[in-house]
Amino acid sequence: MLYRENGQFKTSYAADQQVFTIAQDKWFVLGVIAFAFIGVPMLVDEYMFRAILIPFLILSLAALGVNLLVGYCGQITLGAGAFMAIGAYAAYNFFVRIEGMPVVLAMLLGGGVSAAMGVLFGIPSLRVRGLYLAVATLAAQFFCDWAFLRISWFTNDSSSGSVSVSNLKMFGWTIDSPVDKYLFCLGVMVVFAVLAKNLTRATVGRQWMAIRDMDVAAEVIGIRPMYSKLSAFAVSSFFVGVAGAMWGFIHLGSWEPAAFSVDRSFQLLFMVIIGGLGSILGSFFGAAFIVVLPIFLNQFLPALGDLVGISISTAAVSHAELIIFGSLIVFFLIVEPHGLARLWSIAKEKLRLWPFPH
Amino acid sequence: MKFRSLALAAAMSTIGFGTTVASTAAQAQAKEQFFPVIVYRTGAYAANGGPWANGYVDYLKLVNAKGGINGVKISFEECETAYATDRGVECYERLKGKGATVFQPLSTGITFALTEKAPIDKIPLITAGYGRSESQDGSVFTWNFPLLGTYWVGADVAIQHVAKQLGGLDKLKGKKIALVYHDSPYGKEPIPLLQERAKLHGFELDLLPVAHPGVEQKATWLQVRKNRPDYVLLWGWGVMNSTALKEAQATGFPRDKMIGVWWAGAEPDVKDVGAGAKGYSALTLQHGAEPNSKVAKDVIALVHDKGQGTGPKDEVGQVLYMRGLISAMLGVEGVRKAQEKYGKGKVMTGEQVRWGLENMNLDQKTLDGMGFAGVMRPVQTSCLDHMGSSWVRVHSWDGANWKFASDWYQADDKLLRGMVLNASRKYAEEKKITPRTPEQCKQ
Repeated sequence: MLYRENGQFKTSYAADQQVFTIAQDKWFVLGVIAFAFIGVPMLVDEYMFRAILIPFLILSLAALGVNLLVGYCGQITLGAGAFMAIGAYAAYNFFVRIEGMPVVLAMLLGGGVSAAMGVLFGIPSLRVRGLYLAVATLAAQFFCDWAFLRISWFTNDSSSGSVSVSNLKMFGWTIDSPVDKYLFCLGVMVVFAVLAKNLTRATVGRQWMAIRDMDVAAEVIGIRPMYSKLSAFAVSSFFVGVAGAMWGFIHLGSWEPAAFSVDRSFQLLFMVIIGGLGSILGSFFGAAFIVVLPIFLNQFLPALGDLVGISISTAAVSHAELIIFGSLIVFFLIVEPHGLARLWSIAKEKLRLWPFPH
Repeated sequence: MKFRSLALAAAMSTIGFGTTVASTAAQAQAKEQFFPVIVYRTGAYAANGGPWANGYVDYLKLVNAKGGINGVKISFEECETAYATDRGVECYERLKGKGATVFQPLSTGITFALTEKAPIDKIPLITAGYGRSESQDGSVFTWNFPLLGTYWVGADVAIQHVAKQLGGLDKLKGKKIALVYHDSPYGKEPIPLLQERAKLHGFELDLLPVAHPGVEQKATWLQVRKNRPDYVLLWGWGVMNSTALKEAQATGFPRDKMIGVWWAGAEPDVKDVGAGAKGYSALTLQHGAEPNSKVAKDVIALVHDKGQGTGPKDEVGQVLYMRGLISAMLGVEGVRKAQEKYGKGKVMTGEQVRWGLENMNLDQKTLDGMGFAGVMRPVQTSCLDHMGSSWVRVHSWDGANWKFASDWYQADDKLLRGMVLNASRKYAEEKKITPRTPEQCKQ
């Protein structure tokens, strides 16, 4: 009833090639974005910003990057944490070593360095694929863990190996309050999401998908595997690198290599798998699932216990959190192996017929 | 059908989330002093984090049993980090919203992250026996309080202890000392001081990192076997410590030539190794295992015997339990001192507690009165010195108990002061902080 495209006619090619061909979709997404920019800052408190929304936005950017590589190009990677680290440390070095370096430029340069390293570590993908490639990208992870712990130049010779940044400024706008940080992350997020969406609809994105579906056939029809695989690695690492720089600069403020450990790589890969491979929206769902759900469980379980009149110890809550989180992952993968994004599209199809399904 | 139940589940959880957030806001205004308790009872370091947390919470309960801080009761809430920095930041934000006025994160990584946030939120951080060593300089690190000792104090005393065993600082020349450390900011903290001392006395320093969480140390101890250092300093945490002791045993490195930092000198570190750890000694942050102290007996009588105990009863008085208890005591005393200035029987704000911590003066009489006789020595902080005391003893494991094996040491202030000032000035320059002048300090 509400969600029906009857009567929406496309009269030009441009109208037919829009990101959202259905008007309701377009207005809904624009509404969500407008709400995120205007409504959210007025409604939520500092805790929501700093502990939930900012990490969520940054990690969904990283998941978006991983999704471009894993979901669209079919190259499994376990080195996403490493590219986050490269982005963060490169941006840090640009920021502290060059006087007057603008934050945004430092972050983009960090992403650029990460992209270059992504190409380098993507070279094995030309020869090996599937799980073997996953193992090869682990090398990136271990190499970066080692490099940032051992080579003191990267950390500006900080004796403890921990680096920190402050005084983030952009065009006279000081990014220090939670709202500023949130708006900054959201702005970056929206720009990159639009970019990613359009990339996947353009030549390069179609090449990635051809490679993913069958690389031999893709080669036969004239797609250069080297170019498309390495470009996927570069673009993905760029996204992930910028996310890493934001994780360090905006969210943590001070970090050590452990912030980008192999756990982070796994987390990002799980986000993409649970959210939906090859779906921009899925990256957001996956990030929300992995970032927000544990925190929610951690607070919800004691509150639930209070309602029933039982006090649950902190350790028990943490254990329960892990158990429930694990079983939810299994549940969603069984119910919908194509990820949460697929559930979303099923919901849309049902909504089209609602309320007269027959 | 399947979809409908899913949608229902999603709706339910949204409602649940809404109510949790709402209930958090409601708790904010209570007429109690709120103490956030950041703990890790799960994860790789749970064995060591647990006793600390129990001691911390038990002391808060003890204060309440004795009538609160001048009548102000203490409320508290735990938040689990599993030693992960990002979860620690989440906990900080969550508990900050509930009116927290002093944080004790018990993790060097979380401390580093919170050091950037504390000045903005105006909440002091107590890092008793850990954290950034240069944060002793309160004129730059206004909100950090590494009370009782930093890792530079620890490293300094460890070298003094080695020198004493050898018969003097001049005997250190040509000796070889290895540092087996946790490869994180925590383990790297003592390195600058040890390098300074190595230059000064002419001993050779061997740096042997161990990756988190420290269960894999074969390669490290192979190095020890190859290089044959005269002493090994152990800068570990959690399972890394007992593994190191077992590896030392397997390598045949004499345990009495091994000295641990105060985080590598508690019951969980040696219990599994038992007799194999005999002779191993560790620094103490003033106190050791103190089951016979008056305060431990008070906890048993007023908390545990009333059925309010947080952990197992036989844990009361263990090393890490006492560390947690003393950490809580320092926070409570900061609030008490603040009340002297800003009104007794009132709930203090973060800024007021900061003043209390900066002007804390616990003399021996006060400490003895609180039941810390024989456990602690006086602590007096000031604007320039946020540490308050640098007394350290060494205790050693006899196979069943920790026994004190040395007299009191104090870190060499001449050496330390210069390093602290250099490092904190460098930090101030990077962060564009103007150090407070003595006049500003008085406010």
